[in-house]
Order: sequence, then C-alpha cells, then structure tokens
Amino acid sequence: MAQYWQEIHALTMRWVRRLSREKFSMLFTLVQPMLFWLIFFGNLFQRAADVQVTQAPNYISFLAAGVVVMTVLNNGLAGGVDLLFDKENGFLERLMTTPIHRSSVILSRFIFVMTITSLQVLVILGVSFLFGVQPATGFLGVAVILMIGMLFGVGLTAISMAMAFSVKSHGDFFSVLGFLSLPMIFLSSALVPLAAMPAWMGFLARFNPMTWAIDAVRPLILSGWTEALPHVGMVVVVMLVFDALCLYGSAKVFRRAMG
Amino acid sequence: MDRAIAIQVSRLTKAYDGHTAVSDLSFEVYAGEIFGLLGPNGAGKSTTLRTLITLLTPTSGTASVLGHDTVREADVVRQLIGYVPQERAIDRFLTGREHLELLGALYHLPKAEATKRIAELLKLVELEEPADRAAKTYSGGMKRKLDIACGLLPDPKILFLDEPTLGLDVQSRLRIWDYLRMLKARGMTIVMTTNYLDEADQLCDRLAIIDKGKLMALGSPAELKVGLGGDIVSLTLKEQTKIPALVSALTGQPAMRAVKATPTGLDIRVDSPEKALPAILESANRLDCQLEFIEYHRPRLDDVFIVHTGRSMTESVQDIQAE
Repeated sequence: MAQYWQEIHALTMRWVRRLSREKFSMLFTLVQPMLFWLIFFGNLFQRAADVQVTQAPNYISFLAAGVVVMTVLNNGLAGGVDLLFDKENGFLERLMTTPIHRSSVILSRFIFVMTITSLQVLVILGVSFLFGVQPATGFLGVAVILMIGMLFGVGLTAISMAMAFSVKSHGDFFSVLGFLSLPMIFLSSALVPLAAMPAWMGFLARFNPMTWAIDAVRPLILSGWTEALPHVGMVVVVMLVFDALCLYGSAKVFRRAMG
Repeated sequence: MDRAIAIQVSRLTKAYDGHTAVSDLSFEVYAGEIFGLLGPNGAGKSTTLRTLITLLTPTSGTASVLGHDTVREADVVRQLIGYVPQERAIDRFLTGREHLELLGALYHLPKAEATKRIAELLKLVELEEPADRAAKTYSGGMKRKLDIACGLLPDPKILFLDEPTLGLDVQSRLRIWDYLRMLKARGMTIVMTTNYLDEADQLCDRLAIIDKGKLMALGSPAELKVGLGGDIVSLTLKEQTKIPALVSALTGQPAMRAVKATPTGLDIRVDSPEKALPAILESANRLDCQLEFIEYHRPRLDDVFIVHTGRSMTESVQDIQAE
C-alpha cells in the first residue's frame, strides 16, 4: 500500500510539474473558459437573452452553471492527451516496464485532472461573483457543485484515456475531441434552457449527461436548496450510471493496452 | 563450456492482426554477455525484445528471464531488468534528475537510497552539470545518456536496449559502446537490438540474426563468419596456364578448405591465414607460379547476413527507408 501511494504520488507530481513548466499553456487552460464563454458570450447575449426564457436575473448568472459544466467536459475529454503523448514517444512503455501497479498511471491522471478542474470551477465561480452572481446555496452549495463536477469528470476522463490508448494517431484523437465537444455543449442546457430549444434538440439534450449536471448546478447557483435538492439527487444517480459505463468500457481498453 | 543461462526463449511466436511478427523463435542468452538481436527494421527484433521486457504477451511459446516467466511472473521480471527504449522516451519538461527521481519512486526505492544512486548514475553518464535543466535542452547524445541512466537506475541484473545508438553521431556512439563494455565488465548481462552491422560485430559477444520474424543464425560474430567457410584468399597469376597445376597442388592440403579456379587465378577458402598463406606461397614457388596480386578477404557480418537471408543488410535497411 505504501508502494502504491509512492507510485501514485510520483506520477501525479509529474503531471503537476509538466503543467507548471508550460506556463503559457497553464494560463490559457485556466483563463480560456472564463474569457470565451463567461465574459464574452455572457455579456454579448446579456440583452439578446430573454429573462422570461432563462428564468434568471441576467444571462451571466444563467450561463455560469453551463460554463462550470463545460469546463468539466473539456478538461475531462482532454484528460487523456498527456497519456497519448506518452504513448507516442515511448515514455509510457518505460513506465510499463517498471514494477508498478498498472492502475497507478490511470489513477494519477484522474487525481490530476479532477484537481485542476476543481480549481478552475472555483475560479469561474469567483469571476461570476465579480459579475454579481452569488451562489444561492453558499459554500456548501459550491462543495456540491465540485462534487457534481468530479462525478461527471471521472467518466469523461476515463473515455478520453481509453481513446488515447485506442487511436492510431494523435490526429484521430483531436478530430474526435473536436467533433464531440461542441455538439455536447449545443445539445445541452448550457446556453439555453431545454424548454426554449427546438423540440428535436431538446429531445436529444435530455440524453446528454451534461444537461443533468447543469440542471443540478444551476439551481444551486440561482435558486436555493429546496429547488436544487431533487436535481442533485437525480444527477448523482445519472452520473453513477454514466461513470460505471465509462469505467467498465475503458477498463477493458486499459487492460489490453497495459497488460 | 557450461554457462549460466540468463534468458531462455522457446518457440516464441507473436502475431498481430493476422501478421506474424515473430515466428517460432528459440534462443538462450548467457549471463554476463552482450547479446545482440540483429536484423533490418521490421524483422521482429523489437517484438522479441518487448516480449522479454513483459510489454507483450506471446501468441505462443514462452520466454523466461532469470528463470521467471515473462507473463506469469511479469512483476518479478520487472524488478530484475532495466530498459532503455529507442530515443525520445523522455519527458521534455522534466529535468534529468527528475526523470531519475520519478523512476526511483516507481521502483520503490527509499529516498536516501534513490538520492545516492541518482548521484552515482549522473556521474557515470557525465550528466551532473545539466542534471537540473529541462530535458528539452539536451542534445541527442545527452538524451541517450539519460535514457541509459534511467535503464540503470533499478540496478538491474539484465539491461535491455532498443537500438541504443540509432541516429547518434560517431563520438556519442563510441561513448555508448564504452558504457556497455564497462557494464559488462561489472557483470551485467546486456541484450540489445541493432541494425548496425559494425555495432553487432564489435560490441556483441553473440548475435541472433533475425529476418522476417525468423531466427536465421545464432553465434558469436567470429563463429558466424567462420561458419561461412572461412576467410578467402584470392590469387591473381601472371600466367593463367599455371592455374590448374596450382589448384591441384593446393587441393587437399590441411589448411585449405576449398580451392576454386577463377578466370584470372584462384579463390581459396582458408581457416586461418597463419597456416594457409605460407603453404600457398610455398606451393606457388615450387610450381614457379608468379603472383601478380594477393587479396585476403575476411568475411564481414554483411556476408553472413547475405548468406542467411539472401539479401544484404544494407540493402534491406535502404529498402525500408525508401518505403
């Protein structure tokens, strides 16, 4: 057990070091979702968005939940990228010839992605706060938001890592990533509530786990516990099923790839 | 001579998606030798190596390292070996020291032990000065040295290297050879793949020549060359009419393995030049044959390769590069 922890700690610290050495990349990773979506998109649609439709005091406060979950989505889907590079340059092979638990590599990645995502979510909520969005459920609500983010992130990161191990080239990986990310956002309640969508899009969005996550995060920010709790209960169930499916599928891939 | 066996490969076969990369391969590696897997790219050397280091599971057959099966006892094998992959298996953002520290943790070394070993290794491969710079600032030769230090960190019984000098300049190459000879002198067993004939010839104690997934020949470079039928002495005579007489005079002499007439003289296969040359000269003198030219040709490893695979190693490497 001590050995297991030694491995996971060393591997996780490697991801942290890599990130800290790529200062620019770190800055963009942290700033991009806030800048693009929250600040630009949020302010841009401030007057175009109908308060009657969004049921929120203003568009930024409506959008905050969407940006939080989008960040989880993008970080999760990109969570396998570093493993992809490790696979391509032979570093992974070097790791696999050492007497480590195979799962250490995967676990270190989960820990790293979840930590970075949580920090980003906190920054997004902080910036929203500067634009006057106060989470209605307070600090406890923020903790619940982080938990929902992690539940969703685990499954996404698992998919991403499984993809990193299965693709033939990193071109394929990024194509699939680009193809998944935007439709997932548009076919969810991130930008527009389900009720305001064209019927077919609203129908598809109901099958998107992202929608469930957003519909739980949004009342935590906008309304309060009474409205949020049923959604939170629901999303936990949905996410546990989602994670179970993702982990089951990816575990097979990991076992084949790492022996 | 009875020698301790470090690695036993028996009837190893590995197929991927219907393509057989390695087919029915059997050989042994003795403790304390430098063993080379020689062949052109795509011959199956890397597949063989990767099976030995537990990265691949054989389709059939078995491999064992110091008596431990590479599949059933993979964890034990991993404790005993070090691996130096082909170049670039390096994290550009980490420093040399951080690479070694990471591996120290993955081999579960206590901190003090790891620090001591890392200092020794950095000294050994002459990377003390750049040890705390990010690896992206390293030259090709420095990266290779770091790779080797990483392979040596677990203090392995057997070190595996995949194309250790691929793409290096001559100086770095010779330096790497020196390290490997020094490690061998310390009692380490070394298994390496290479597609450089001179590397195989000068560095390896024994070689397995592999082509298209099959073992074509096995032995020391000298044995393999002698196996071709010995060195060749080519004579060019001033008077070609005397060729038949000299052929019959030399045929059957103890030092000559085969004597063959050529349009301008003779080709004689000999076991050792010390015995053969005086005998040849003596016969020529006795028959009053004046010699215009003598060429002594020792078979090169490429000749061995040609005999066993039907094509030149250099050609096959070029073929692959041209693809």
